[in-house]
Amino acid sequence: MQLSLQGLSHRVGAAEHLYPMELTLQPGVVTVLLGATQAGKTTLMRLMAGLDRPSSGRVLVDGQDVTGVPVRDRNVAMVYQQFINYPSMTVRDNIASPLKLRGGLDRAAITKQVDALAQKLHIEMHLDKLPAQLSGGQQQRVALARALAKNAPLMLLDEPLVNLDYKLREELREELSQLFASGDSTVVYATTEPGEALLLGGYTAVMDAGELLQYGPTAEVFHKPASLRVARAFSDPPMNLLPATGRGASVELKPGLSLALAAQGPVTVGLRANALRLNAQPGDLELRGRVELAEISGSDTFVHVHSEVGELVAQLSGVHYFELGASLSLFLNAGQAYVFDAAGALAIAPERLGR
Amino acid sequence: MARIDLDLAHAYRPNPQSDADYALLPLKMSFEDGGAYALLGPSGCGKTTMLNIISGLLQPSHGTVSYDGRDVTALSPQARNIAQVFQFPVIYDTMTVAENLAFPLKNRGVAPERIKARVGKIAEMLEMSGQLDQRAAGLTADAKQKISLGRGLVREDVSAVLFDEPLTVIDPHLKWQLRRKLKQIHHELKLTLIYVTHDQVEALTFADQIVVMSRGRAVQVGSADALFEKPQHMFVGNFIGSPGMNFLPARFKSSGVIEVAGQDLPLAFGILYQQLEAAREFTLGVRPEYVGLAEAASPGTLRAEVQQVQDIGTYWLLTARVGGQTLKLRLNAQSRPPAPGAEVWLQVLGAHTCFYGRDEQLINVKEGLAA
Repeated sequence: MQLSLQGLSHRVGAAEHLYPMELTLQPGVVTVLLGATQAGKTTLMRLMAGLDRPSSGRVLVDGQDVTGVPVRDRNVAMVYQQFINYPSMTVRDNIASPLKLRGGLDRAAITKQVDALAQKLHIEMHLDKLPAQLSGGQQQRVALARALAKNAPLMLLDEPLVNLDYKLREELREELSQLFASGDSTVVYATTEPGEALLLGGYTAVMDAGELLQYGPTAEVFHKPASLRVARAFSDPPMNLLPATGRGASVELKPGLSLALAAQGPVTVGLRANALRLNAQPGDLELRGRVELAEISGSDTFVHVHSEVGELVAQLSGVHYFELGASLSLFLNAGQAYVFDAAGALAIAPERLGR
Repeated sequence: MARIDLDLAHAYRPNPQSDADYALLPLKMSFEDGGAYALLGPSGCGKTTMLNIISGLLQPSHGTVSYDGRDVTALSPQARNIAQVFQFPVIYDTMTVAENLAFPLKNRGVAPERIKARVGKIAEMLEMSGQLDQRAAGLTADAKQKISLGRGLVREDVSAVLFDEPLTVIDPHLKWQLRRKLKQIHHELKLTLIYVTHDQVEALTFADQIVVMSRGRAVQVGSADALFEKPQHMFVGNFIGSPGMNFLPARFKSSGVIEVAGQDLPLAFGILYQQLEAAREFTLGVRPEYVGLAEAASPGTLRAEVQQVQDIGTYWLLTARVGGQTLKLRLNAQSRPPAPGAEVWLQVLGAHTCFYGRDEQLINVKEGLAA
């Protein structure tokens, strides 16, 4: 199915919740809505679903205008942050409810479908229990199974994993990407986490303060953020942003510290945390500083450094220890730096190997 | 400051019969004087139960809690002389920041000039010196929680300071600053700190020693480095790191050969394999960070098929199939990854490889794999 938004906006009183936007979703893949809280993700989803009416613009499904068609007359499945199930129904009846509602299926066929969905989401052993007897992760699986049972061409998920422990989130996210990969539905998935967007893949729409900033294949948006705002929204840890001056063939971070990149006038240099290294390579620029803190995630260590050009965060693979306040040099290759012009638009992006 | 010893078990219902009846299975554990500890695990693992037993909010159904060798099992939190910081700010809105910070000291009859000095020091550490005369009511949630932290840390004579997920209400962008503050304060004040969290970053960043808990059991106590490099239990291998450790079924085949995921691997590197031989069947564990792409048929490698290549931005995440098993590996963002469907050889034997017995515990191969 093809979902198109034309000049869509949403105002509540004098407050602009969503500025007019144009967006045609790539059909059959997941579209991630990425942005901080208050970016407008939930507002946009409610307009897509028909739960709210837009202040202006149109919602088109396969070219047909469905603006103003209420949600009950549309075929949309939704999953929310909170685990919403019917508390008095068993897990089996919860999952079966959209199938019964739709009609046209006999009991045996419904049982078969429920069993298959429960198996997919690893809750087949809980079918006879009530939702309250399950853990949070299991309850959200039930809600997901019910949404999938609807087999709607459009499925909207609003931060569905945010209330789960991170390990469970990891597991469920991977299962979900596999379910989405079947390509039967157009899936919209809202998240505040850049890492989650990258793991889900597909396409990403970056939102900030009610505005749609950029839409494209997820990895492409990450590697070529069109503006400083996108770079800020789509980086975790945050992209290191340093004020600099373009001197024609070089960009000066401070007198004596320049990168061989072509720019003129005031610019912002952007450095991803993984572009900063502890070991020098030929042609590297050295940035001296002292350690503020080493944050350890397990797979990575994020070192915060108070450097001669400003605050920096470097991402190192594995576990590393640093003494607070110890002096530390970070090394950087000009080829891995971003440059944004005075207006905040992308001027230079690093070249990518691989794809 | 005190050394805290636990030798106990806890069941919320009387007459526990099986393991499942215990919130905390029988355990013996020590928290050294002046150490920074984190209790880490998924919800329901028993970490909050353990914290409440340490503080005295909860009495264990079996066994004892000792502070510096003195049995305090029956004593209240107040009698144990501990400070606590909770998820949500606990402060007096009508008081100023300074009055809030001074409150625990005033209550104990500390001399006014001593209070002033101590409040000044804590405020400085938390970067709140400029707000001392401000009323707490008008402050943001972040600032209020900073005061709560300050109140927990203000007394020098406490046995320990206990934290229960104290950064939950803090804006993500400010979290790292507070983690840094806590770490700095621990270095300066040398208090015994015990910190409960389900967030691995918080636990690994803050604590010198992390207690990883699962189903009422402390499965490993160790540094961040130890949890990452040598997980003592498969649970820890999976729980620490994203994605977690890869596990492949393996068995001892014949002298000098093990079978991993259906492929024979000669025991190169001259490892001491008596334990593996004794175990017969075991599990090979290797982290995605340590699975390398290797030359075809080189020692310690498995033949695999690339299933998925994900661009995670700061690295490539590859998913490969090896004899019905799935293996994940991380490749540097600057490298050129193989395409889905490609045949690759993956290095799974090396200095970082771990082996686990049927009880999911680490088989401690002597000397490791000296490459």
